[in-house]
Amino acid sequence: MTEPLIAPEVYAELAETMGADFAAELVATFLSDAPNMIADLKAAAAGGDADGYRRAAHSIKSNADTFGAPALAAQARAMELGGLPEGDPPLPALEATYAETAVALKALADA
Amino acid sequence: MRDAKGEILIVDDNKVNRLLMARSVEILGHRASVAENGQIAMSMLVDGTFDILLLDIEMPEMDGFEVLEALKSNAALRDLPVIVTSSVEGLGNIVRCIELGAEDYIPKPVNKILLKARLESCLEKKRLHDEQKRLLKRFATDEVARDLQESGFAIGGHRVSATVLFCDIRDFTAMSEHMAPEATIELLNTYYALMFEAVTSNGGMVNLIVGDGLMALFGAPEPIENSAQSAVNAAAEMCAMIEMLNEERAMLNDPALEVGFGIATGEVVTGYAGTDARATYTCIGKTVNLASRLEAHTKVAQESILMDSATQRRLPVEIRSKEIPAIHFKGFSEDQTIFALEPVTSID
Repeated sequence: MTEPLIAPEVYAELAETMGADFAAELVATFLSDAPNMIADLKAAAAGGDADGYRRAAHSIKSNADTFGAPALAAQARAMELGGLPEGDPPLPALEATYAETAVALKALADA
Repeated sequence: MRDAKGEILIVDDNKVNRLLMARSVEILGHRASVAENGQIAMSMLVDGTFDILLLDIEMPEMDGFEVLEALKSNAALRDLPVIVTSSVEGLGNIVRCIELGAEDYIPKPVNKILLKARLESCLEKKRLHDEQKRLLKRFATDEVARDLQESGFAIGGHRVSATVLFCDIRDFTAMSEHMAPEATIELLNTYYALMFEAVTSNGGMVNLIVGDGLMALFGAPEPIENSAQSAVNAAAEMCAMIEMLNEERAMLNDPALEVGFGIATGEVVTGYAGTDARATYTCIGKTVNLASRLEAHTKVAQESILMDSATQRRLPVEIRSKEIPAIHFKGFSEDQTIFALEPVTSID
């Protein structure tokens, strides 16, 4: 993975323009909402729902960009653009990146 | 920015994006409402008053493209400025938004300075547009205002079948010489109020006022079932109202108003004529000339309402008229058969 896990300047700017408390709340919202988005992605992949798959990947990408999580954003973007693959979608890789990102974001929010 | 606080509706299916956008908009001093998808947004738009829509594209139920399409086909919401905020991939999608009427596109994550500038520019545009709409309503008739809003402003013409009505206060110039200027304007305003009411309540539109003269059009820009009958009804109503006005004037020892009407039916050319900066909805053609000549002839013929044969033919039998001697009007190759409406003493 060439993209860094976290681009700290993005979160710093978010905290500066929106307020540190609000930025931390937003991270908490993301961390509680992201498992739903990943579940949507899995369900769409299992059900062959290309639109749902693209939409869920798009949502994850959009939020990852907001907080400055380039690695997660890049993986989600590749899924959004690539569409539902013939074989198994790269879900485990995405979940692993998300788990690492979540820890890093939580640390930033708690700082 | 002046005292402009906008009501902004944010549509996004993603919770983080909704919270972030709402907060960004509030920090800029506007009020924010949120909707989770296009369908919810549409019902909120119909119920509420919003200045700007901040629209996401990728959404379940009803996506951003569908919202743009729905807005475009809704006369009441067509002018609502939409700023698309999305991280949707591909230039084609952005172009599609603009083609569907979006005012602007801001990529996500939304840059706060860009958002501020776009919101302010949209609010200013909306204010100007609302002001224009108000002016249009004031200086043009409802029909023309609607026609302009629906079809856009285009100088051009149509050939339609319509009925033209001219009316004029006889010897008004001589009469007004003995009146105070304020009294003249007040009398004209009373007269116009009555005339406008009679014309519009019969489905016509007043499209020209010059001094004490007035031209009304029936059957354009919107067609009506029997334009001839509507015009004659309007004239008869106007006569009855002028009679009532004259009774009041008699009590004040003011001279009676005498009004003449000329009505002709046939093909006219209608459209917006002028320049881009100043144009009016107008109507020209032989039918217009004939109505004007008939109106002028009322004084000679000692009749209140004169009409051409095309108008008379279209009247139901209960509206009675009599043929008076034909006249050769200037500018017409043939003698014109003329009918006078039998005096109407009362209206329902």
